[in-house]
Formats: sequence, C-alpha cells, structure tokens
Amino acid sequence: MRFMLMMHAPRGTGDYQINNWSPEDFQAHIAFMHQYNQELTAAGEWVDGQGLTPPGEAKLVRAGKDGAPVTDGPFPEAKEFLAGFWIVEVDSPERAYALAAKASTAPGPGGAPLNMPIEVRQVMSGPPTDA
Amino acid sequence: MTKASPDSTTVGHLLRELAPQVLGAVARRHDDFAAAEDAVQEALIAAATQWPARGIPDNPRGWLYHVALRRITDHLRSEMARRRREDAVASELWAEWAFVPPPDGEVGVDRDDTLVLLFMCCHPALTPPSAIALTLRAVGGLTTAEIASAFLVPEATMAQRISRAKQSIKASGVPFDMPAESERAERLAAVLHVLYLIFNEGYASSSGPNLQRTDLSNEAIRLARAIHALLPDDGEVAGLLALMLLTDARRAARTGASGELIPLDEQDRMLWDRGLIQEGTALVSDALGRGSVGPYQLQAAIAAVHDEAAQAGDTDWPQILALYGLLARMSDNPMVALNRAIAAAMVHGPEVGLQLLQALDADARLRGNHRLDAVRAHLLERAGDPERAIAHYRAAAERTASIPERDYLLTKAARLLAGQRT
Repeated sequence: MRFMLMMHAPRGTGDYQINNWSPEDFQAHIAFMHQYNQELTAAGEWVDGQGLTPPGEAKLVRAGKDGAPVTDGPFPEAKEFLAGFWIVEVDSPERAYALAAKASTAPGPGGAPLNMPIEVRQVMSGPPTDA
Repeated sequence: MTKASPDSTTVGHLLRELAPQVLGAVARRHDDFAAAEDAVQEALIAAATQWPARGIPDNPRGWLYHVALRRITDHLRSEMARRRREDAVASELWAEWAFVPPPDGEVGVDRDDTLVLLFMCCHPALTPPSAIALTLRAVGGLTTAEIASAFLVPEATMAQRISRAKQSIKASGVPFDMPAESERAERLAAVLHVLYLIFNEGYASSSGPNLQRTDLSNEAIRLARAIHALLPDDGEVAGLLALMLLTDARRAARTGASGELIPLDEQDRMLWDRGLIQEGTALVSDALGRGSVGPYQLQAAIAAVHDEAAQAGDTDWPQILALYGLLARMSDNPMVALNRAIAAAMVHGPEVGLQLLQALDADARLRGNHRLDAVRAHLLERAGDPERAIAHYRAAAERTASIPERDYLLTKAARLLAGQRT
C-alpha cells in the first residue's frame, strides 16, 4: 500500500519560525531529516520524497477564457503551507501512521520535538485484478 | 570463439565503448537514424544479458553490428507483413535486406562516427533535456532505464523524451554526416555545452535531497575524454575536460555527513583527489600554451588556481581576478560578473565587491536568482554588517531550489544571528 505523508508547516509565528533557531538546533533538524530519509530507504519503504520551495512565490492557477493561465496569489495570510511530502510503500495504514509520527518528532528549538502535523493519505492504485 | 565468463561490469564498459562505433556504422548503412538507434539499443541489451553468461565474442563489434542489422530486418519484416495485407507492393524492398554480413565479419569503423553522432544528438534543434537524454543513450550507450534513474523520472517519460528527440532530428532533415566547416565551431560549442550540462547535473543535482549524482559526472567525463582523444588539438575540448577533472577532484570534500554543502574555503583539502588535479592542471596548461584561449580553458585555469592552494588562505586571488577579467571580456554572462565581484572582494576588500554587485542589480537575467543575494550576503558578512547579511542569506534561502544550498544559507544566517545575541 502506498501512502503520501504531507508535512504541513505552520506559517509565520510559532516554533517552525526557523529563522530564529540557533545554528545547532537547525543542524540537528537537518541531520534528523537526513537520517529519516536514509532509514526509509534502508527499510525499502521509500518511494519518493520532495521538499518544496517556501510559499513566497506560490500561485494558484486557473485557465482563463482562452485557456491562458490566470494566476492568483501568493497568499501571505495562509496559516500553514505544504513544506514537503514523502510517498512510502508499507504493509498497513498503521505502519504509515508510525512513520508519520516519527517525522512529526523532528526536533526544533532546544531539540524539543516540533510535533508538526503530518497528513496521511492513501495513494489510489490501478484497477483490481480479475477474480 | 569466446572468452570465459566475463563479469557484467567488464561487459558494460566494453559495450559503452562500442555503442557509438556500431551506431555510426549502422546509421551510415541504414540512413534512418531513429531506426538505427533503436536497433543498436536492442543489440546492446541483448549483449548485456548474453555475454556475461556465454562469453564475449571474438569480434564483439561485428556481433553487435550484425544483431542490430537483424533487428532492423525483423522490424522491417513485420512492418512489411502488415503492409502486405494492405497492398502487395513490397517484395523487392525485402531483397535489399535479405543479406546481412556474417557475425564475425569486420565492421568498418570511422573514427569520426562518434563525432558525427555527438553533433547529431546535440543538434541546436533539440531542447537541452532532449539533447542530454539522446547523447547519453546514443553516444554513452546507457539504457533508457539507466538514464531515467539518473534523472529521477519514470522510464516511460525518458523513453518518450528520447523518441521525441529522434523525431525532431528526423524532421530537421539533418543528414548523418559532419557539419559543414563553416558551422563546425558553433556545433562543437553546442556539443561541449551539453556535456557540461550532464556534468553539472551529476555534480550539483538541480533538485532533490542528494547534492551529487556521481554517475552522470563520470559519464560526462568519459564522453569528454572520448572527444579529446578525437580532437586532441582543440583547446576548448581540452579546457572542458580539465574543468570537469579539476571540479570533480573536490567531490569527496564537498559534502558533509548529512549531505550538507561545504563551501570551497571550508573544505578539507586532504580529501581532494591529487591525481585528477594533476591531470586537469597539465591539460589546461598545455591548452593555454597554444594560444586561442576560450571560456572553458579560463574556467579550468581558475579551478586549477583554487586546487593548487594547500589552504584557502593561500589562494592566489589576484590571479583568479585577472582570469575572471579575461572571461568577462569574452562572454556577457552575469554569473561571471558575480564571481568576478567575489574575486575583487578577496583582493581589494568587500566594499569593492559590493560596489560591483550594484551594477548587477539592474540585470534582468539575475532577477529572482538566489546567487546575487547569496554573494551579497557573504560580502556584507565580511564587511562587518551582520544584520544586512542575515537578511540577504534568508532571501537567498527563500529562492534557491537546492535543499543542501538552502540549508547552508539558513545555517549561515543562524550563525550570524547567534553571534549577534552573544
């Protein structure tokens, strides 16, 4: 079963305001993510994972009358933003929840876990095999 | 007729060396580059599975050539069977393909075929991603799956990219031949540019969590060596090869344990590869000694000056500044101007560098580019203005699409902030 784990970072205020972290706290956070990715790979559970650029340039796009893009945004007032995601291949939803919980403990200021919210969604598959 | 079970690495190296030679011979005979390329790819795959088990044929090139021609014949035959049902024209076409040379017959290899292939795959009609993919397959002998995995895209996507590239070549009507003398220099520049892009893609991967995808760098170096062997007197070919070697020499020192980026002045220089530095330095010295200086030679010379310094403090910055001056005169590239500002700051102080950056603020080509902010942050830090340095480090971190670089820039900002608080 494949699941997408989406890391939602709170915006603006709060613990995820990484600009105010000490260099050591920041290094610890990077090292945690690196280790986490390596563990996923070693366990054969890693399918994909990407970090996204900050939302400063994010746009919402719709097609206009002639099909040309009409953009909206960015949205500085948004409360949280998608910072990155993983796609993992696991045997059960419980395993996906466990992996998400682990990611949620990524350290922040003073090494305390951030407890970031991680949204977990199953990735839909192709057609079922014939009976 | 065969040697005892070779390992698959040996077979792989041999196949990739033979790939452009066989494709050159098949494309000359068959006149349809796209079909020839497909057939050679199938022959390479057949060899990769059979040779490790059965041994390498006495005449491996002849074997590949024969199998590739057979594949073309097979495809033609099934195509004809289909057409025969539609109309009954085709029988004389078949006769043309009934004869294929015996498996061990010698294949005429034209040394220039590899060059012709490179000119074709790096044709200006192709977009850079298409040219890169086609070069790696047709000249590098990599499989579609290998190329797809190097670029982190699904195999079907890469197959489509390659097939579209071949269609563009077909549509452009380029013959399988050397470009005319009058356009040779321009076409060679396009080839070198594609190899440089392949190298950079491997060296500083443009996206994703891993900073380096070394296989692509190695492949670019291998192809550059091949062109250098064919055109030993071309200074820019030598310059590009030297630049790759001198840059690659620092690979082991360039990242830390968590994949973080380590800048040149903080690298452990004991980790640099002396052999590559010697080879690259000798190449570029020899090329520069012959006159006709070009941008790759100058960039290689700059890399050589960095590489010969035992410590960052020993770097001969006046020489680097002079080389960037030459480079700036040769090409109107804002990145060169940016690097020149760094060199000027190292020689004459950060204020001089910051002044040079002001001229770049108006350059539309750098708008939204994180490098301008990153360089300004460095110079402001050196000038003793941590507050503005932090702001520019953060602005650069917001804009870069490289995770290791973003982490590096945020760490710089965090260190300065911590220094201010104490």
